[in-house]
Amino acid sequence: MSQATLRIQKMSAHTGSVPGQGTQREEVVCKLIDTTTCIGCKACEVACMEWNDLPFGKTVFDNTYQTMPDTRWNYWNLILFNEHEREDGSLQWLMRKHQCMHCAEPGCLEACPADGAIVQYTNGVVDFQQDHCIGCGYCISGCPFNIPKLNSVTKRVYKCTLCTDRVSEGLEPACIKSCPTGCLHFGTKDDMRSLAQTRATQLKDHYGFPNAGVYDPPGVGGTGVIYVLHDATKPELYGGLPSNPTIPLAVKLWKHPLKWLGNLALIGGLAGLFIHYLRFGPKAREEEDLVPHEGAQP
Amino acid sequence: MSHQEQLIPHGHILRYTFKERLNHWVAAFSYIYLMLTGLAFWSPSLYWLAAIFGGGPFARFLHPWVGLIFTAAVWYMFILWSSQMHFTDVDRQWWSSLHYYITNQDEKMPPAGRYNAGQKLLFWSFFFGGLLLLLSGLVLWFTDYIPWSLRWLRYISVLLHPIAALLTIGNFMIHVYMGVFAERGAFGSVIRGDVSLVFAQRYHPGWYAEIVGNSPPKK
Repeated sequence: MSQATLRIQKMSAHTGSVPGQGTQREEVVCKLIDTTTCIGCKACEVACMEWNDLPFGKTVFDNTYQTMPDTRWNYWNLILFNEHEREDGSLQWLMRKHQCMHCAEPGCLEACPADGAIVQYTNGVVDFQQDHCIGCGYCISGCPFNIPKLNSVTKRVYKCTLCTDRVSEGLEPACIKSCPTGCLHFGTKDDMRSLAQTRATQLKDHYGFPNAGVYDPPGVGGTGVIYVLHDATKPELYGGLPSNPTIPLAVKLWKHPLKWLGNLALIGGLAGLFIHYLRFGPKAREEEDLVPHEGAQP
Repeated sequence: MSHQEQLIPHGHILRYTFKERLNHWVAAFSYIYLMLTGLAFWSPSLYWLAAIFGGGPFARFLHPWVGLIFTAAVWYMFILWSSQMHFTDVDRQWWSSLHYYITNQDEKMPPAGRYNAGQKLLFWSFFFGGLLLLLSGLVLWFTDYIPWSLRWLRYISVLLHPIAALLTIGNFMIHVYMGVFAERGAFGSVIRGDVSLVFAQRYHPGWYAEIVGNSPPKK
């Protein structure tokens, strides 16, 4: 497994250095999802289930084109559907492929208390290591995209791995391979950003979408999954994509100032009590009490 | 139990009944387990504590259940002791004389009753701290059932649970220090149940007068 650890640049709840930090030449990989050419066929959903051998579950029909309300521990890739009425009264069917965003600064990894249960490889992929997971669910609180899902039997969390087994062999993720319209692309982060910008400019200049743009939120350091949106000013329309996702403030407060203040208080408290005992000692010796003073007679 | 029955041979007074002692140790052992496993999840440098409690997943599984045992013990303490934990004028004087207490000049302290003001504060901090730990702990226990629209509950809980835990740990450390090291005889009292008359008179003169002198009971 030495090769695998060399590819790890961030590790949850880890004391000391991380083995793979800056030790390999590696490109940051990225998925580009062009929502403007997605037809909602769900080939990517099926490909994800097939490649990862995920057990089937019942779908939920809600009178829309959406397979189920949310991703599940065994359903990592879901097309979110929204029928949006524009100001001129015309309708838009918005489809967005929803999955782990592979944040550069992952909230799940920040919140995780188990050593090495969440890692980020040098290629930017954020991956759960279920053998180290303790099932606490803190990653669920840390994620701004509502991605980690707990399996109630194994008590472990699961999510999209960005097909890390395929990517490490030089293949594209299964979802990308299955896409019939070419709305899904895979490559280096730089290439995908540039391709996305080109497409957004095209949408602005030639297709009448003046607000078209690229979704690569800086609040989480950018993401390993970026979107082209017809209207980048309203990402919420696309199945509740947050407009400025960040690691939740509560998680940041908990993991930084509170942790340091708390550790200082714990160590200071122990030291303070020890020093107090050295200076003042016990209030009285117990053996004195066994020979009662005169005043203490009943 | 009458005051006369509390006076036992060889110059001792019964301070804690069997029920009180047993409940104290249920609370104590469950709290120590919760504190140590909680600290394992609090800091990566203390994560090894999870290993001595059967590993991370098992510690995570048991922690909330032991939390329920601790809750039950704190609740029974409330039933047993809450009526004796109201703050009185003597307690207010006790706080303003705290520096004498800290520097072991106990003869200058106002006459504390069965519980001094510090013990009363400890009781209430564990009662309210335990309540906050229970409420935030339930959210963290069933965190995957909290709908996305109520995610603020998770955010409050991930902050509140460690804050309440740290406050109770601070009180716990002082409590153990007082009971084991500073007030010799206190640890024995919660094992055997009795204290010497000298102990009672030195640390709880109000209570001593009440038992020995048959003065009217003070709340």
